[in-house]
Amino acid sequence: MDVMPKWAEVVLVPLISLLLAAILSGLVILAIGEDPIAALKLMIDGALGSTYGWGYTLYYATNFMFTGLAVSVAFHARLFNIGGEGQAMLGGLGVALACLFIPWPHWSLGLLGAIVLAGAFGAVWAAVPAYLQAKRGSHIVITTIMFNFIAAAVLNYMLVNVLRPKGAMDPATARFPEAVHLPSLHDILAPIGINFSKAAPANVSLLVAIIACVLVWLLIWRTKLGYEIRAYGHSESAAKYAGISPVKITMIAMIISGALAGMMAINNVMGEAERLVLNATEGAGFIGIAVALMGRSHPLGVFIAAILFGFLYQGGAELALWTSIPRELIVVIQALVILFTGALDNMVRMPLERIFLALRKEGN
Amino acid sequence: MDFFTLIQILDATVRLAIPLLLACLAGLFSERAGIFDIGLEGKMLAAAFFSAAIASMTGSVWIGLLAGIAASLFLSGVHGLASITFRGNQLISGVAINFLAAGMTVLIAQSWFSQGGRTPSLSGAERFNPINFPGALTTTNEVKAASPLMQVYSELLSGHSLLVYVALLTVPMTWWLLYRTRFGLRLRAVGENPAAVDTAGVSVVGLRYAAVAICGILCGIAGAYLSTALQAGFVKDMSAGRGFIALAALIFAKWRPWHALYATFLFGLFQALELRPDVIEAVIGMKVQGQFLGTLPYIMTVVILAGFVGKAIPPRAGGEPYVKER
Repeated sequence: MDVMPKWAEVVLVPLISLLLAAILSGLVILAIGEDPIAALKLMIDGALGSTYGWGYTLYYATNFMFTGLAVSVAFHARLFNIGGEGQAMLGGLGVALACLFIPWPHWSLGLLGAIVLAGAFGAVWAAVPAYLQAKRGSHIVITTIMFNFIAAAVLNYMLVNVLRPKGAMDPATARFPEAVHLPSLHDILAPIGINFSKAAPANVSLLVAIIACVLVWLLIWRTKLGYEIRAYGHSESAAKYAGISPVKITMIAMIISGALAGMMAINNVMGEAERLVLNATEGAGFIGIAVALMGRSHPLGVFIAAILFGFLYQGGAELALWTSIPRELIVVIQALVILFTGALDNMVRMPLERIFLALRKEGN
Repeated sequence: MDFFTLIQILDATVRLAIPLLLACLAGLFSERAGIFDIGLEGKMLAAAFFSAAIASMTGSVWIGLLAGIAASLFLSGVHGLASITFRGNQLISGVAINFLAAGMTVLIAQSWFSQGGRTPSLSGAERFNPINFPGALTTTNEVKAASPLMQVYSELLSGHSLLVYVALLTVPMTWWLLYRTRFGLRLRAVGENPAAVDTAGVSVVGLRYAAVAICGILCGIAGAYLSTALQAGFVKDMSAGRGFIALAALIFAKWRPWHALYATFLFGLFQALELRPDVIEAVIGMKVQGQFLGTLPYIMTVVILAGFVGKAIPPRAGGEPYVKER
């Protein structure tokens, strides 16, 4: 039945899609009168040329691992969760409440508490659209988009009217106490003799993100629940026939998805800013879509794609700093990746399938 | 609140509802033909940029309008290619288009004008200027002193740009096209049951491309309105979620043209009130969060979608690529 061998499916198709996206991005840079090769060199230098650059690349990658995993888990149940952005914002609120109002004796306990609250807030924000999808048939894409806007308004309200310290002008919470300061990669790597940049924001959340990747892999491919999620995603009617409850799977998949998106906040809110500011998510929820598509919804793929996007993010910031290419270049690249690896997937796949079919006929 | 304030708010409602209306009708054509389009926002943004940029370069708003429509049509073509020809995921394609427009507009604006992602501000023939009806008063003080009927005539009916009247005309035209022509019947059929349309010997692909193209044209006009009529020039992210509010209005209107008019005007009213917190406070006697009004369309859409206030049933074949049986 499968026309293509597995390696082509897993490696070749995404690689060609990526190449197309890269060529078009290069053309875009050329069209605005800059040198794409020089731009790429600058990006590699800025993002990977020093531990400082790596620190930022890994910091961004941590965000994208969480949101990428969130989109992936929902994808496996054939649910498109565009609400990662809103769920991550609510996760930020959870982290802020955990850090500000509970006197943690040690950062490790604080981190655990923050993970629980961030996950819970994100999960609740995803559970409402999930419930409406499962029980009332409201389209989850539309409801999660609406919930992104509602989340932004909720956050705005909370920061301006409730959590802002008295006398402060900017809409942000107070600084978190020193006790919940997360160790940075510098602190972690120093005892084993690696001198990692002190200024970079990468922190212990990276390890949490990697653990999350492993756990999601175990969940999806090694548990009964993961099997049910995948079965439901492949064929709703077959899953129903096998006694799998659509309501249960929709709810659980979205709750896990929302919790993962919410947990992103331990990195950007607790690890980096150490207070909750407006627009703390910076679109990471949406980049999760590109990361999940590029990583083919597999945790290993998500891990690699997240690091690539971390590189793009940090490299793009360097470009904006040193050349006249604005930061928005990353948004364009992100759009092209989503377009080619997601929407135009068949454009790459159809001719490849024809080639493999022809090869097979010759072989017989 | 006096009568004139009411008229002023309604006037602002009209101005703010027009881009929503055009985008909503654009989505209506696309979704009635079975193509989901969450890329309305991106198409509007691209059109807003190109119409302002070309109008500023050529000095003619009409050439700008054409450029805006062309940009929007190009993105429609990408959406059609992805979702019709290559049978890809229409939602993912829409997401990609939104980001493409958000990034490219700033990138090109910076490259062409070097003003931090905006175009030079437009004036004179580079804009769609207000059309004053014969005998209408033009200054605020004059209108304020006039009789209520004259106030309605001068402030509410007269003094809008051409595109406002065009957009209002689009509503009956859409209704007529969808419900009174053969093309409209086929277009609605292709969104409900494409196989039946195919059996009748009518091209599903052709009809869907036609619908997506109409969607592109309407989004193009909506975008041009934003940057050349509502405001004088393009600024980064100026569509500001209007494409999504239009999407919300489309669901609210249950995919019907006249109801689209009502829904977009209701949402336009929310936006107008958001700008006048003083009026709300005076009328209901307490302070209302501005953000709450801004968020109301989204909350209402969720409630409608949940089926608590009537059920919104989308076109049956929406979002499904059509595969001809072989």
